[in-house]
Amino acid sequence: MDGLLAELLVPFDYDYMRKAIWVSALVGGTCAFLSAYLMLKGWSLMGDALGHAIVPGVAVAAILGAPFAAGAFVAGLFASLAMYVVRQKTKLREDAVIGLVFTSLFALGLLIASMRPTAVSIQTIVLGNILAISDEDIVQVAVIAGVSLAVMALLWKDLMVTFFDEAHARSIGLRVTTLKIVFFTLLSACTVAALQTVGACLVIAMVVTPGATAYLLTDRFGRLIGISVALGVSTSAVGAYLSYFLDGATGGVIVTLQTLLFLAAFVFAPRHGVLASRRRRAAGLGETREAARAREAIQAREAIQAREVAP
Amino acid sequence: MNAPVPTDRLASPSPASNVVPGTPAGPPRGDGILVDRVSVTYPNGTTAVRDASFALDPGTICALVGINGSGKSTVFKAIMGFVRPSAGAVRLCGMPVAQALKRNIVAYVPQSEDVDWNFPVLVEDVVMMGRYGHMNMLRIPARADRAKVDEALERVGMAAFRKRQIGELSGGQKKRVFLARALAQEGRIILLDEPFTGVDVTTEGAIVALLRELRAAGHVMLVSTHDLGSVPDFCDQVVLLDRTVLAAGATAEVFTPENLQRTFGGALRNFRLGGAALHQDADRRSLTVLTDDERPLVFYGDPDSDGEGRT
Ligand SMILES: Nc1ncnc2c1ncn2[C@@H]1O[C@H](COP(=O)(O)OP(=O)(O)OP(=O)(O)O)[C@@H](O)[C@H]1O
Ligand SMILES: [Mg+2]
Repeated sequence: MDGLLAELLVPFDYDYMRKAIWVSALVGGTCAFLSAYLMLKGWSLMGDALGHAIVPGVAVAAILGAPFAAGAFVAGLFASLAMYVVRQKTKLREDAVIGLVFTSLFALGLLIASMRPTAVSIQTIVLGNILAISDEDIVQVAVIAGVSLAVMALLWKDLMVTFFDEAHARSIGLRVTTLKIVFFTLLSACTVAALQTVGACLVIAMVVTPGATAYLLTDRFGRLIGISVALGVSTSAVGAYLSYFLDGATGGVIVTLQTLLFLAAFVFAPRHGVLASRRRRAAGLGETREAARAREAIQAREAIQAREVAP
Repeated sequence: MNAPVPTDRLASPSPASNVVPGTPAGPPRGDGILVDRVSVTYPNGTTAVRDASFALDPGTICALVGINGSGKSTVFKAIMGFVRPSAGAVRLCGMPVAQALKRNIVAYVPQSEDVDWNFPVLVEDVVMMGRYGHMNMLRIPARADRAKVDEALERVGMAAFRKRQIGELSGGQKKRVFLARALAQEGRIILLDEPFTGVDVTTEGAIVALLRELRAAGHVMLVSTHDLGSVPDFCDQVVLLDRTVLAAGATAEVFTPENLQRTFGGALRNFRLGGAALHQDADRRSLTVLTDDERPLVFYGDPDSDGEGRT
């Protein structure tokens, strides 16, 4: 027994594991906060797009010896802006715009990285490598996550109104455009942070799955955020911890955990889950069955009365 | 109240129920809403509204009437500052639009297609959004805010639905919730874009009663509607719109068969019945029925008739 416990605590003996766990939790929580909004507006793919679109920024930063986050952030902002402009100026649908912008930038990123393979590890960018994160990067990630969480804690209700009913948001004097810019800036910053943890390919899961899971569990936006953040933090921390034993890519473990929780919510959620709605529908049928029974009873009585009246 | 209105009521000075005590005589000065020679051109080059002017004072209900595409929603957008007029200016309570919005003076009840009904907010959350302009940065509701929300829900008769998710309501119920939000917001100016579409007669009556109360309290309301029959019932001003203002002013003067013919052209179903078609006797009265898409508006040709012929 003691042996097992000791075994389970082994990851905490390693400095790199401790760092990986808390950094993952921080990033997971921040992304989950944003996911509450993204998933609602049908912008889920935006997260994916940003994750890929910042690759050229990272590649250029690596070549120039600049901090990864700076390059990624510039590229992310550029991508958001490009998507916004193409969307405004053309009648292309959102998904087409997103697909167009992010594949172009991702292609550019791969091209740059492949021209200077020594400076840039494509593997690290695409899959992330939290276990080998440098202290410098930890500071970057922590600052990004801390600032994002603080801003979101201040503005979450204003953003909720803006995304729910923009006309009303304006009518109460909110600066809608500024709020949207702030949101997408934070999103860009957080995808940069998530890139380090789970890699470009899985960023989308971090900014969609927790929110989607929470959506199945509540009808109130405030609670949705709370649940989403709790899911993000716990799955990320546990995922990082488990990856020590599984010897697997941290990102893969985290996202798999999030998916499992989503599936659980999908089936068992008290109001919006599959089982609950089946139960409710059965209850609804039950009522009609009762109504049918009542009708049968009435018909039977009428038949008896008719027979009594008849000679 | 919902019976079609005979001409004599239109031709004579407004009936007592339409006169607000203390309203100065003479043309409105625009202390509520002043739209001054406004033109709006959309980015695609469509000039939706050209050189539109009208003025409304506090304590007024004004109908905005016109065919589909005549620019009703565009006028609302200009008043809300969503589109910038290419010429002219809008002043709300004597202030420029931006300042008025910051002061939380304008409440807007949207056309229902502009809202995301899947958003995880409850009815009471939506109404609380009306209070945000009165709260501090963090939007933490005080007891007074909760009381206002309760009161607003009571007034529209939606208190029993306060814990429902907003999408789980019928069309008419949704309209009432947004009206409650406007009440909670306590704006001096209330804009209602087609509040009666898809609403049954009872609910329409309730909404109209509420608007009357608000008028008595000194609010200005601009209501776009296709329900011509009810306009003379509760609107003391009318703006007839067809890409510009065709006529604006007191209902009795503006809401005439000739003006309506001009506004609607062929889009209006018009039945003129007179002489042999209407009566077998020597009665020389004629009957005009105008209908856009909802309740018909009935004009009786003979000014002497006392409305016995109401349908
Ligand atoms: N975003 C837009 N871009 C370009 N043109 C527009 C836009 N919105 C409206 N229009 C055009 O402006 C004109 C006025 O439209 P508006 O929506 O104001 O009409 P409306 O009177 O509200 O009609 P409805 O009764 O159908 O609600 C229409 O010809 C419409 O095609
Ligand atoms: Mg409209």
